[in-house]
Amino acid sequence: MSNLHHPLEDYTRSGMIPHIWCNGCGNGIILGEFARALDELKYDRDKVVVVSGIGCIGRISGYTNTDSFHTTHGRALAFAVGVKAARPDLKPIVISGDGDLFAIGGNHFIHAARRNVDVAVICSNNFNYGMTGGQAGPTTPVGAFTTTSRYGNIEHPFNLVHLAAASGAVYVARWTTIHVKRIRESMKKAISRKGFSFVEIVTPCPEEYGRRNKIADPILGMKWLREVSEVRSNIDPIEAVIGPDKIIVGEFVDVEKPEFSDLLWEKNRSVQAELEKVGRRTNVAI
Amino acid sequence: MSRRLPEVGGVYLQMEDEIASMAAVIGASYGGIKSMTATSGPGFSLMQENIGLAAMTETPCVVVDVMRAGPSTGQPTKTGQQDVMQAKWGSHGDYEIIALAPSSVQEMFDLTVEAFNLSEKYRCPVFVMTDEIIGHLMERFQIPEPEKIRLVERKRPTTPPSKYSPFQAGEDLVPEMATFGEGYRFYATGLTHDETGHPRTDSAEHHAKLVQRICDKIRNNVGEITKVERVFLDDADVCIVAYGSVARSALAATVEGRERGIKIGLLRLATIWPFPDEIVEQVAAQVDKILVPEMNYGQLVREVERSAGRRKVTSIPRLGDALHTPEEILAQAVS
Repeated sequence: MSNLHHPLEDYTRSGMIPHIWCNGCGNGIILGEFARALDELKYDRDKVVVVSGIGCIGRISGYTNTDSFHTTHGRALAFAVGVKAARPDLKPIVISGDGDLFAIGGNHFIHAARRNVDVAVICSNNFNYGMTGGQAGPTTPVGAFTTTSRYGNIEHPFNLVHLAAASGAVYVARWTTIHVKRIRESMKKAISRKGFSFVEIVTPCPEEYGRRNKIADPILGMKWLREVSEVRSNIDPIEAVIGPDKIIVGEFVDVEKPEFSDLLWEKNRSVQAELEKVGRRTNVAI
Repeated sequence: MSRRLPEVGGVYLQMEDEIASMAAVIGASYGGIKSMTATSGPGFSLMQENIGLAAMTETPCVVVDVMRAGPSTGQPTKTGQQDVMQAKWGSHGDYEIIALAPSSVQEMFDLTVEAFNLSEKYRCPVFVMTDEIIGHLMERFQIPEPEKIRLVERKRPTTPPSKYSPFQAGEDLVPEMATFGEGYRFYATGLTHDETGHPRTDSAEHHAKLVQRICDKIRNNVGEITKVERVFLDDADVCIVAYGSVARSALAATVEGRERGIKIGLLRLATIWPFPDEIVEQVAAQVDKILVPEMNYGQLVREVERSAGRRKVTSIPRLGDALHTPEEILAQAVS
C-alpha cells in the first residue's frame, strides 16, 4: 500500500491532509480540480501564490503545495494586490468563501476588480457562514433558514457574477460542484488570463446550510444542484439568477483589458526613462 | 512618496482603505521587498487587525502614524500623542512591536531607516510614532551619502526548500525568511502554527511556545533596541521624560531651568516601545521628581510610573491643538 501514490499528491502539502472539511462538502472537489487545472496547464507552480481568507475554504491555502498565505477575514484580495504590485512576475490566486469575499471583504473585491489586478479569484459559495455555525450572509437566498434567519431570510442576496462583471472583471464564470470538468476549464482560463478573473463555484454545505434547508444528505445535495442548474453561457450576468429553484451557470464575461501591474510598472519605467533623458535624479523640488 | 518612489525603482500604491493598505504591505513584504504605509489615528485604528497578522506571521514592515487628536474623527490635522498606547496594544492578543518617536525632521529620516532595519532584524511591525507638529515641520536636515546609511536585511534561508521550516528559529528567536516565488512553497497563517507553519489550533503547548517566542525576540533585546537621549541628567533633581515634538519644549524648559539655577534634566525617549524600563528605573533612582508632559490625557506616564518605583511622577497632560510651552513644564518642576 505504501507504494501507492495519487498522481496529484505533490500538489498537496505533506502533513496537512486529511483536510478539515465535512463529508459532502464541495470544497474537496474545488481543491482537486485546482490541482488538476495547475497540472494540465503545466503552470510554473513556483510563480503561484495561493491566498485565502477565513472560513472553511480558507484552509485551502494550507493544503496546496505552493507558496501560500492564510490572511485575516476578508483581506485575502488586499494582500494579493500587495503581492502583485511588488512582484508582477507572480500570480496570486485567491481561493475563499462567499462570506469572506463579499461581506467583510466586499470592498476589496470591487476595488481589485475595478483595478483589473492580475488575480484569479475562486469563490466557494455555500450560501452561509459554514465554519462559524451556519449564519446568514450576503449570498443567503431569500427565505432560506440559517442560525441567524430562523424564520426565513428576508434579505436580498448578491448575484456574485453580476457584481464581478459590473466591478470590472475580465473573466467571469459560475459552476456548481457537479460541473467538475467545467470548473477545471474555468480555473485554467482564470489562472492563465492576465487580469482579474472570477470563478464562482456553488458548493453544498450539508452540515450547516443543508441541514436547515432540507438538503442535508450529501447525495441529495448533488442531485439538487443537478436539477436546478441550467447552463446559459454568454447571457448578461444580470440574468444569471441564483436561488433554491434555479441556478444559471456558465461563462458570462470573457474580455481583454489592460492589467494593473503592467500599467503600474510601465508608468514607473517611463518616469525613470524621462529622468534619464533630462539627466536628473528626481522631479522633487528641493 | 507617489512622486519619489517610481523614480527610484519603488512602487507606490493607494489602496481602498487602511485595512487593505496594511494587508498589501504584508503581501509586498512576503514578496521580498521592504514595504511601509503611513496614516493618522483613524487609519491606524483600521490597520490594527492586520498589524496583528504581521506580528503573528513575523512580517517585516513599517507603519508611520502621524498622530492627531482623537478619539474617533477628533480634530483632523491637529496635533496629539494619543495613539501611543494603541501602538502597543491596538491589536488583540499578546505580541510585541517596536515604536520609535522622532523629535525632528532629521530624526524622521534617521528613524525611518532605523525602523526598517529593526523590522528586518526582528521580523516584526515597527512604528514611527510621530505627530502633526513634526509631520508639518520644515527645518534643515541632511540626507547622508547612500553608502553611509546602514541597512539591515532580513535573514534569508540557509537550507534548501526540502528542509526549510518557515518558523523555526535559533537562539535569537528570529526565523529565516523565504520569499514568494523562490521555490520554498511555504505556508504562513494567522492561526497558531508550529515551526513548519502548520496550524496548531488545539495545542496549548504550541500556542504558548509561539506567542512567547514572538514576544521574547523583542523583550530579550530591549537594551539593544531602545535609544534615549540624556540632557543634563548627571546632577539633576528633576527629570522630564518626553518624546516626539513635546521633547523640544521639554528641552527648552531644561535649558531655561538650568539658567535659573534649577537642577533639571531631560530623558528623551526615541524608542517608546519596548518601553526602556531599566533606563527610567536608573534615572528615577537618581532624581527626586519626574515630569511627564504628553499631548494626551496621560498615557506613557503610566509606564514611567511603573518603572519609577516610589519616585514622584507628575503627568502634564495637554489636550487640544497646542504644544506644552516650556513655562508650563517648568512651573511643574518648581511646584
